[in-house]
This record gives sequence, structure tokens and C-alpha cells, in this order.
Amino acid sequence: MGINFRKETFRDDFTFRNSPEQVKRFPFPYHEDAYMYSVNIEPHVAGPKNSVFEHLIDVDEHYVSEMQDRAMVLAEDPLRCQSLPHMTLAGWDLLELLMTEMAKGYPEHFTLTQDGDRWRWINRPLGIDDTFTFGDVSTLPYGPMEYITRQSQGDFAILDQRDGNLWMDAGMITTQADWSLDFDIGMNFFEWHAPVPLAHEMGVFTRALKFLTNIQQGQPARRLNWTMTINPRLDTSPENFHKWGSDRLSVTAENVGQKVHLRVELQTFFRLPRSNALVFPIRCYLLKMDELVSVAKWGRRFHRVLRDLPDELAEYKGLTRYRQTVVEWLSKYDDGAPTSPGFGPE
Amino acid sequence: MKTILSRPVYGTLSPQAGKSHLLIADAEGASAILDLAKQAPADFFASAHIMFIPGRTGDSFQASLKALKPAQYYEGPSIAAALPRLTWTLANAHMGLRVYLAGTEGLIGQMMQAAIEAGIDPASIQTEHRGSWARRVQCVHCKGITENVTTQPATCSHCGLLLLVRDHYSKRHAAFQGVCINAEDPTEIPQTEEIFR
Repeated sequence: MGINFRKETFRDDFTFRNSPEQVKRFPFPYHEDAYMYSVNIEPHVAGPKNSVFEHLIDVDEHYVSEMQDRAMVLAEDPLRCQSLPHMTLAGWDLLELLMTEMAKGYPEHFTLTQDGDRWRWINRPLGIDDTFTFGDVSTLPYGPMEYITRQSQGDFAILDQRDGNLWMDAGMITTQADWSLDFDIGMNFFEWHAPVPLAHEMGVFTRALKFLTNIQQGQPARRLNWTMTINPRLDTSPENFHKWGSDRLSVTAENVGQKVHLRVELQTFFRLPRSNALVFPIRCYLLKMDELVSVAKWGRRFHRVLRDLPDELAEYKGLTRYRQTVVEWLSKYDDGAPTSPGFGPE
Repeated sequence: MKTILSRPVYGTLSPQAGKSHLLIADAEGASAILDLAKQAPADFFASAHIMFIPGRTGDSFQASLKALKPAQYYEGPSIAAALPRLTWTLANAHMGLRVYLAGTEGLIGQMMQAAIEAGIDPASIQTEHRGSWARRVQCVHCKGITENVTTQPATCSHCGLLLLVRDHYSKRHAAFQGVCINAEDPTEIPQTEEIFR
């Protein structure tokens, strides 16, 4: 039967919402009633059915609408997709990974046929049926990275590995939280993380780099990160901050449930076979507060996490303006009962 | 001062073994060339090209620099004006050219970009910061670059937004990042302070 793709928007009238089934599979990111940075990386192995980990590359009910939103962002600002000249091979690697995994996980929606270097890619939800020569850029309408990431949910950063470091040398970044690919492209791992507070002193990035540079082909890894977004807006880029920043002033006790979203990034890391680059898909999941409190444990726990978050982290994540309003709203859903350990609903 | 991890680390100029030497400085950066000269071998400046942009230092350094008797001496009114000459010089350079950059962060960053584009290994380039800590700032919104920013916040000279100058530096843009400081509430106008001197 396949996925029932929703028709919805992530701007203007903001018609985005999650179906009840989608709420259940939301990757809730707190395993206890508090949050602090950690190198919370684990192997990215296929997980339980009806979870976002069921397939290595997750496609969900928001797929078609997210791809339409991406196309709008790119039309306005093509600099969101950039690839330094030495990264084309890594782009082909990524195209292979995404086509292979999407076709394997969702055969009713995607089909890949390979006859030597002659490949045929059918993407039914987006109405695409293209035949091209793998490795020959002239046979695709875009570069390989741009071509396939216009058809894949989430942002993608491709990191070149050299001199014991990782370099942000290519990416498709249209749904980012607080960083600019155009500014950060060409930077190494420590440079592009320079603005993050606290974590450098904790040694988080040194340990994370060590882990990431050792990732082997066929052994991807993952971690969750989170922030909050007012309105279900995907394009919360710094480029457009002057256009969406005032959303943060629009939160009231009456509209928290519909307007305020927990935004979780599922970050995965795959070693690419030909280029030895790492690809870093950053998949964004949004959950309205009304949807969040429909799971009792999540309502209790998120109330406690947000209430007790260190101020410096709240400031970095941009929560300061509306945090108190949201904490008060959430407190109605926290009866003080203990919560069970782990991520699951109960 | 807290380290900014994305910002380059500047060193101290010292004479390197090489067939020819290109020394570029602005303002107080000239004094770094004069200090290097004290340790340089006698024939060093016979194969040297000095490019100097006096900026706020006016006439203070020209006589001393010329007294080093470089094979070529150039003086220009701005970094932008000096770039075509630099590009030509690098394109026509032979093996064994050594590059030295001294002065403001804006000069070092932009000359470094030109040298990298010409295929010079950035690790082989000597740099030394002297003088003003004024910042070059790229507006993340309109992408325009504002030169000589000394205040926090600063107004983008292209689109006019009031920018928070972040402690985040891009070598590719040779600039710090500026992000609208009152995007959440445009009626808030924070006080401007002179902090990058």
C-alpha cells in the first residue's frame, strides 16, 4: 500500500501536521528527564518496524511536500547547495547510497535498475523517470549531489577526510538550524563548530572527530540533536533570520500547542566507498506541542528538560524569548510522576 | 582573549630560504617587515618585492621600507587596488617564491585568498598580525562584505541590517560572520560599542 504522502506547507499558511501514526514514530531525543551535551553516537543499524530507524534512509508522509519546499528555497537562494570542485566523486557515491537504500526500503515508490554504468531511476512520488550514465555529469540535469538531494528528505553535508580532519566541502542545506553552508564551506571540523558554546571545553568535538574519522564503510553511525522551532518552518536559515526571527515573539499561552515545535535532527554518518568522504545526512522531524503531550511520558519529560536546561544552551538554541511560556504550558501535563528510563513512549 | 577556533593563528615573520620574496603589508604591518629585516641575510632584499598599503599610518613607514632597497617597491591606496598587481605577480612567479603577509586581519585574509587561488600552499605563507583588529564582516543575509568594522553591533554597508559580529571566521571569505541582531524584535536597537580596535 505504501506511504500516504501529505499535501502541506512549511511556510505562509503552515498546514504541516503529523498523522497519529507519525507521532508514534517520532524520534523523541531524551532518554532521561534532563539534557546535556554528550557524544551520543551509536551504530546506525536498521531498527524496529514503524520507527524512523526501520530503514537506513527514512522516507515518511512529509516527503513530497518537503521536496517542494526545498525547490522553493533553492529557487530563492542557490547558494544553499554548493560543492567544491574535488567533491564530484563523493556526489556520485551519495547518489548511489540514496538510490540504493530508497529503492530497497520503499520498492513501491522507488526503483533503481543498473545495467553496468547505465542506470534507470524511477521516483514515483515525484514523477521522475531518468536514465543516465553513472559517473557522467552531463547525463543528469544537475550535479549528482544536487540531483539526488532534491529527492531526499533532510540536509546533507559531505565531509572530505584528509590530514586527520573532516572538511565541510559540499552540501545541500535548506532546513538548517543556525548555520550557513555558504559561510562554513571549506572549514574543518573544529572551525565550523567554533560558535557552539560549552562543548569544546568538554572535549566533545575532539572525541567526536576521532570517532567519525574511524567510521568504516558499511558501518554507519547516528546521533540525535534537537532544538525548537516556532511554526513548522523548515527553512530556519540564518540567511532568512531577519524574515522569520519575529516568529519567536508570537508565542502566547493560547497558541503554544499548535505553534511551538520540538525539532529533532537525526544525524547519520556514512563512509562513502569511492571518495572515502563521509556523508552526514541531517534529517529534521517536527512535532507540535499538542502532538507531543499526546504521549504522557513525553509531556512530563519534555517539561522537565526544558525547565532545567542551562541558560547558555537555551540562548544558543534561540529558546530564550518563549521558553518560560512553553514551560508553563507544559507544566499542566506534568503531574510529577516518575518517568521510565529510555526513549520510548512507556 | 578567548580563542576563536575558526580564526587563523598568526605568527611572527622570519626570513625563509627561497629564490625570491614577496612581502605584503598594510599600516603597522610595515614594522613586521622592518623587524624581519634585522635577521635577514645581506642579499635578502635584492630578490624581494614589497607591496605596502599605508592606510592610517600615513607617511610613517615608507622611508624605512625603501631603505631596505627591495628589488621592487609598490605603494597602493587600498587592498582592492593592490589585488590586480598581486594576481599578476603570483601568476608570473617562479618556483622558490616565498610569501609574507603582515598587518590587519583583512589584509592577511584577502592576500591569502589570492595566493591560494594562485596555487600556493597556505602552510608555506608566513603571517603576522600588527595594528588594528578591525574586522571584515560578511552579512549572512545579503552576502555583502563590510570592511573595517570596529563596532558591535555594526550596520551592513550593503543592505543596512544591524549585525551581530559573531566570533566565527571564514578563510574562504576572509571575513567574520554578521547576523541580524534584532531579527526577533526589530524595534530593539542595542547600544553600539567600539570593540574591535
